[in-house]
Amino acid sequence: MIRDSFRILVVDLGTGRGNVMMLEGRDSVAGGSGLAALLFTKYGYPERPWNDPDQPLIFAIGPLTGYFPLMSKTVCAFKSPYHDQYAESHAGGRSALALRFADLDALIITGKAAKPSCVAVGSRHLEVKEVHYLWGLDLSATGKMLRGMFRGGGHRSILRIGPAGENGSAMALINADTYRHFGRLGSGAVMGAKNLKAIVIIGDGIFALPDGKAYAKVFQDVYTQVTATEMMYKYHNLGTPANVASLNKLKAMPYRNLQKTSDESIDEMTGEQFADKTLLRNMACAGCPVGCIHVGYVREKFMEPNQYLYRQVSYDHEPNFAVGSVLGVTDPFRILSLIDVTEKNGLDVMSAGVAMAWATEAFEKGLISEKETLVPLKFGDAKAYAIALNSLGTAENDFYRLLGQGTLKAAEQYGGQEFACVLGQEMAGYATGEVFFISQALGFRHSHLDSGGYAYDQKHDDKDVAKAVEFLVQDEEERVLLTSMVSCLFAREVYKGALLNDCLASLGYQNLAGDMKGVSHRIQRLRWQIRLATGFDPHSVTIPKRFTQVVTWKGPIDQNYLSELKEAYSKRILDLAKQDEHA
Amino acid sequence: MKILKTPRMERCIGCHSCSLACARLVYKNLSWDTAGIRIASSGGLSTGFEARTCLACDPAPCAQACPTGAYSQRKGGGAVVRKKLCIRCGECARACPVGAVYLDPTGDPFVCIHCGRCVSFCPHDCLEMRDAGATMPSEKGGAS
Repeated sequence: MIRDSFRILVVDLGTGRGNVMMLEGRDSVAGGSGLAALLFTKYGYPERPWNDPDQPLIFAIGPLTGYFPLMSKTVCAFKSPYHDQYAESHAGGRSALALRFADLDALIITGKAAKPSCVAVGSRHLEVKEVHYLWGLDLSATGKMLRGMFRGGGHRSILRIGPAGENGSAMALINADTYRHFGRLGSGAVMGAKNLKAIVIIGDGIFALPDGKAYAKVFQDVYTQVTATEMMYKYHNLGTPANVASLNKLKAMPYRNLQKTSDESIDEMTGEQFADKTLLRNMACAGCPVGCIHVGYVREKFMEPNQYLYRQVSYDHEPNFAVGSVLGVTDPFRILSLIDVTEKNGLDVMSAGVAMAWATEAFEKGLISEKETLVPLKFGDAKAYAIALNSLGTAENDFYRLLGQGTLKAAEQYGGQEFACVLGQEMAGYATGEVFFISQALGFRHSHLDSGGYAYDQKHDDKDVAKAVEFLVQDEEERVLLTSMVSCLFAREVYKGALLNDCLASLGYQNLAGDMKGVSHRIQRLRWQIRLATGFDPHSVTIPKRFTQVVTWKGPIDQNYLSELKEAYSKRILDLAKQDEHA
Repeated sequence: MKILKTPRMERCIGCHSCSLACARLVYKNLSWDTAGIRIASSGGLSTGFEARTCLACDPAPCAQACPTGAYSQRKGGGAVVRKKLCIRCGECARACPVGAVYLDPTGDPFVCIHCGRCVSFCPHDCLEMRDAGATMPSEKGGAS
């Protein structure tokens, strides 16, 4: 619903009751990232640990959610088990539209349930249901059970965790509607710590549209742009794996724990190869006609002579890199099989794959043995990785339990910090150079999507520190506005200045439309303030030696440039957080 | 008279653009329920999608069931609905054999009027308007 205030539902798992709150601040923080940050200032406890029962788990949408195409993402905010600091993770699926039609700008979960439970909310529904019988089930089985237990099929979102979330892994995700994920920084463990197996959001509300013709006109304009532009072609066609061939050519594709940045075998896992061999179909987040979700399949012979089973597995560049090239696995079907193992366990595939790459090199160097890994690890050995990833998801022994807290945590105990591919968290699939490395290492979400550092590396040969840092800060400011609307960042080339202004104004959000620069800067600053209040110190971030040994198409990494970027970006982040409201 | 058909639902990606367009353009709502076409997965997202929409029955059970004359037989199939005559009894929804009529929480019925405004919003060409009684075009294939 269009309104100047926020409508929030706070569910206390301790009591099993909810409280609907109206909160001011639309003109100040918009929604999404901004709203989540505002809510953390009200409901969060910066000094307490991530798993304190009182810590909130926040899901927030924005003013444009559901009203325009690709406004289809939800922001999840929480104190992260990975670094015990404030964090955001974003996902689509049906979650955003389901929240919109449940008439909630945000859903907050606080407290801890006495027994494993599931929360179900809708525009006319709130229920906390005890589901101890689902504890221990994998994501797929959990989803099947929940679909039969709650109404609203087709117009609901089912968020759930797997074994990794239950056992407190800092790499545990929250799965959104089978093929999408609040993937990074351990949101799944936050649910697990609350004894919360799943959240069902039933989108059954109906809202009147704004009066006048402006909305219809702007909608049609946006729809035409998103379905007619190159963006549609890129993400709809091969999807994000389209990057692989060019990254490999540029010597920017992480391979075998970043020991190399290109390899002939990577040609086996290009977007074209995945499409030709494995692609079953595309799917979409609700409210997005682009349909970037690519669903492939794995087929397994489970019994002689000819008994097979098959599973459908979604793929993207990041999962493909994380259990593909960085592990030396390049066969698309083997990659899909490994993605499937992480899916079942509810593990963030990016963190899990990169952690496994470190473990493989540590195994090869004799820092760890089969005593820890349970199976010999060797680059390219997908069968061993399937066993190891499952052990990581279930925290099968002390080694895997520690590795699940982060690669650097394991490296501190076993050695090998210098080849841990960690930039704030396990790296994303871009070895483009200094600006990207610093962007992920210091970025707010430690995500390649915080700002376009990987693109900057590819477009600039100069080593102008001030210019690069200015780009990172400005790009983050633009992106945080979109993640407060909440737009999919694939639409960032469409939702620019005037068009975004028209969208907001057509719904009656004139104040937001008139102050987009101020709002985005305010949200950017607020997020950093919370991050710092929960313990982040950019100067303490280390860049493991492996990143300084990378050779890209530009040649070896320039360590001085890397250090200067880190120093300058750290200072800018601290300055940003210090600025007053009118700076 | 043309009617809305959904001959290529195997291509559906579940974006709900058709439902949202119908609700927006025909019924002036933001909704994926108050629409003449509604999309649901057929048992989890791995099984694909199906469309709940009017199959243009002639005679239409909903029109026959309506006690007030709010529903009447549409030429070419389906029903013409005059909401002013509706008493929100829900008989139309109960009579429909394929669940094509949505009743909102007040009992107000929503059903496809075969206007075709949803068709252009489908990015995968799942939908089309076709002359009543025409057969499926074989070159595009696929059943709904």
